[in-house]
Amino acid sequence: MVPLSYYVALSAILFALGALGVLTRRNTIIIFMSIELMLNSANLLFVAFARSFGDVSGQIFVFFVMAVAAAEVAVGLALIVAVFRNKHTINIDEVSGLKG
Amino acid sequence: METEVIVFLILAFVAIGSAIGMIINKNAVYSALFLILNFATVAIFYLMLGAPFIAMAQVTVYAGAIMVLFLFVIMLLGAEQLKKADKGEWQKPVAILFVVVLIVEAVYLIFGGGGDLLPMINEVSEVGDPISLATKLFKEYFLPFQVTAVLLLAAMVGAIVITKQDKKS
Amino acid sequence: MLLSEATTTGFDLFSLVPWIVFIPVIGLLVNLIFGRKWNERIIGIVASSAVALTFVVSVLQLIALQGNHHEAHVVPFVDWLSIGQFHLPWEFRVDTLSVTMMLVVSGVGTLIHIYATGYMWFDVRYKEDLKSYRRFFIYMNLFIAMMMILVSGNSYLMLFVGWEGVGLCSFLLIGFWFDRNPDTTFGDKNAFAGKKAFVANRVGDFGFLMAMFLTFWNFKTLSFTELFPDAVAHYSGDPALIWWITGFMLLGVAGKSAQIPLFVWLPDAMAGPTPVSALIHAATMVTAGVYLVTRSAPIFNAVEGVHIMVATVGAATALFAATIAVGQHDIKKVLAYSTVSQLGFMVAAVGMGAYVAGMFHLVTHAFFKALLFLGAGSVILAVERGHHPLIGGHEDEHEPHDDEDHHELFDPQDMRNMGGLRKRIPWTYWTYMMGTFALMGLPIFAGFWSKDEILLDAKLEYPVIYWVLVVAAFLTAFYMGRQVWLVFFGKPRHHASEVAKESPWSMLVPLLVLAFLSVFGGFMNWPFEGGHQFGHWLGYTIEKATGHALHVPAFDWGVAIPATLLALLAIGISWLIYGRNPLKTGQQDPLEKALGPIFKGMHNKWYVDEIYDFLILRPYQKLAKFFAETLDWNIWHDWFHEKGIRDNFQKFTRFLADPIDLGVIDRIANGLASTVKNSGEILSRLQTGFIRNYALSVFFGVVVILGYLIFR
Repeated sequence: MVPLSYYVALSAILFALGALGVLTRRNTIIIFMSIELMLNSANLLFVAFARSFGDVSGQIFVFFVMAVAAAEVAVGLALIVAVFRNKHTINIDEVSGLKG
Repeated sequence: METEVIVFLILAFVAIGSAIGMIINKNAVYSALFLILNFATVAIFYLMLGAPFIAMAQVTVYAGAIMVLFLFVIMLLGAEQLKKADKGEWQKPVAILFVVVLIVEAVYLIFGGGGDLLPMINEVSEVGDPISLATKLFKEYFLPFQVTAVLLLAAMVGAIVITKQDKKS
Repeated sequence: MLLSEATTTGFDLFSLVPWIVFIPVIGLLVNLIFGRKWNERIIGIVASSAVALTFVVSVLQLIALQGNHHEAHVVPFVDWLSIGQFHLPWEFRVDTLSVTMMLVVSGVGTLIHIYATGYMWFDVRYKEDLKSYRRFFIYMNLFIAMMMILVSGNSYLMLFVGWEGVGLCSFLLIGFWFDRNPDTTFGDKNAFAGKKAFVANRVGDFGFLMAMFLTFWNFKTLSFTELFPDAVAHYSGDPALIWWITGFMLLGVAGKSAQIPLFVWLPDAMAGPTPVSALIHAATMVTAGVYLVTRSAPIFNAVEGVHIMVATVGAATALFAATIAVGQHDIKKVLAYSTVSQLGFMVAAVGMGAYVAGMFHLVTHAFFKALLFLGAGSVILAVERGHHPLIGGHEDEHEPHDDEDHHELFDPQDMRNMGGLRKRIPWTYWTYMMGTFALMGLPIFAGFWSKDEILLDAKLEYPVIYWVLVVAAFLTAFYMGRQVWLVFFGKPRHHASEVAKESPWSMLVPLLVLAFLSVFGGFMNWPFEGGHQFGHWLGYTIEKATGHALHVPAFDWGVAIPATLLALLAIGISWLIYGRNPLKTGQQDPLEKALGPIFKGMHNKWYVDEIYDFLILRPYQKLAKFFAETLDWNIWHDWFHEKGIRDNFQKFTRFLADPIDLGVIDRIANGLASTVKNSGEILSRLQTGFIRNYALSVFFGVVVILGYLIFR
């Protein structure tokens, strides 16, 4: 039996790695993928706790998160496409018009 | 050490490795492939946690649909690689430092607090079978389910509108 | 019991009595609201008919009183004030005394209103101010209403309301031409005269008020019904109180009825239009004092010796004013001083306790003095029309004036500019003669009977006063003779008098009616057997109030014959001086030559105005100046306000403005603003536009929060 703590730790490490990707990479698509990774780590936590508490609600939330993630990916990739059309780049640092 | 734990550790190793691979790979296509691997391992975790439906959804929706979409966009834009940044990336070491600190903090919080590991409270593994999940989803969470449907529709329309090229301009 | 008796006769005439006040008020309101567009004829008709209707109501009151066996009747009207148990009602008192006054006021008032419709038509044209016609009749109607309140009130308070009201109207009408060119005859001295009348009356009103306060304090009521006869009759307190009350009341009488020492306003009051002089300053308002004394007879009877005080004042005034009248050149001034003198007769009479004689003289005087004033007005108007061709309407016989002549300083009231007018204005002349004879006291004329009765009472009780009054009567005959010779006989001494024009019928008819009354009015108190109707009539009221039977002395030839002879002698002397050798143009008054400084004194009113000016006005003005300049301006304004308050306030505000406001508050505000601005500039550098920088800071926050969870 794998202790719950292992899953939590794994989920934390995956989340941190996703965050690292967001913070270090300049490729918008990879940043986006890192966000997906962070969402997955959260999903893993949901399922692990659902298993731990014996309540299926956690899985249902995972289901919803997946649906929202799918929608997010659709819109987000559409945005990336739109930005690329205007800027001809997917480098996030070049999309920095909003500065003080 | 139990077999299950060994399997967990191996899979965890794979998951972490694939995640790192996704982050550090210069080529976006490789990154996407590493991420698919990661999703696959996570799907196996779901199976181990008694959530076969979610595991299947993970494989089909994430590893399947979403990642295909990613790859499709990468190919479409032809943006597998970026030029090197001209200015010094001061943020990278800072970010790594923060991430390490975060991981240390998390690990300390999870393992360092009481000494005892959190066990699985519920021993029954059939908690997440598709029937009970569907029953709950279509009874208790019916309204959010419908709202999700609307959300997806809106996202679809939004994606089409955003990407639609204005022929006049 | 009286009430039931009256009501059984059907309609209660007494209930009509409030209309004597409200009909004139309605008249003035109609003219005030609708009169702006109306022509003068309609305005005059409205005003005159309002007063005429008032006269009708007064006559109805007379009839009602006859039906009530002359018993006084009180008609409650409204509660003016109700304070707890204390009530101040407005009640109308209908008794023989008040009805007499009502009849005189409304009767003479009606005639004067009719006269004024004609007179003012010319006057407003002469003064070139046509709009004032309506204003004049509004004031006149208001006066009638106020006078009616005065005579019909059942308490001293309502009497006082009317008393003040007529004072106001007097002020308004004396200063009626207040805005005339100041360097002509109609100068701003008109306004000054109004002010003078008002101030002199204020002094008198102070006396009346004090008398009222004392009365109320001691008798707990001001109502005539409650005061007389019971409260005063059963009064047995200290005589000093009565002395104070009557003394103060006498001051009020002196103010309103122009007695020494407050008479000075009445001659100046002639600045008002002549109908005003006739109505207010001869026939009605100035007699209010006599009415007041008669009404208050029980109080004046309460203590021995009070009578002498009042009678002395009256007699002294009668003589004093008569001497001044001799030295006047202004036709109206002569009549004004004559009025003061005759009022002195009345006050002396009521002062002696001869209330009937005083009231009788009041009534006859109202007839003949109104007649004389109206006649004088007619004379003045005739001369004015002769002087002023535009309104005279006789260009054919009038030589055109050049501009200089037209604007010469011409006084149409100066008798030295008149002369020979009896041929030009015969109607005025004859009616004027009737009034003159009545005033002189020639037998069968009205003034003879009333003056004779006063002299008779004086002779019986106060011989000194009798002699004073005889001298005054002699002077009266003399100055009236002088006036008639100067005005109507001889040759015209000014071009205007040569072409003088007779007045219209609207003015002559009232003159004729008043002339008739001046001739035959005296018979209402026929002093022989079966006579004394007026005495009995008034007696119903006075006897009931005082609780004593009126003493009616029998006719005494020993009084009447010498008085008549003296009057004839005075006429003879005046003929010797003025009639035999008529005055020529520019010639000095022969009397002035003969009497020298005495005439000068008479002419200058014995310098009373100057004495008052020196004794009262100047010190008062100096005091006022002292208060104004030293106390108010120097101390209060300069020192206290300027230095004490303004300067300190400025210092304080400067302190608040400079160190506090600029130094502290503004600095805080500016500092806040610049701090926000600077910090905003600094913080804006954080907004790099690089999304990953933002993400890093968010992540930093996550790390810190987690660290906090660990180390807390």
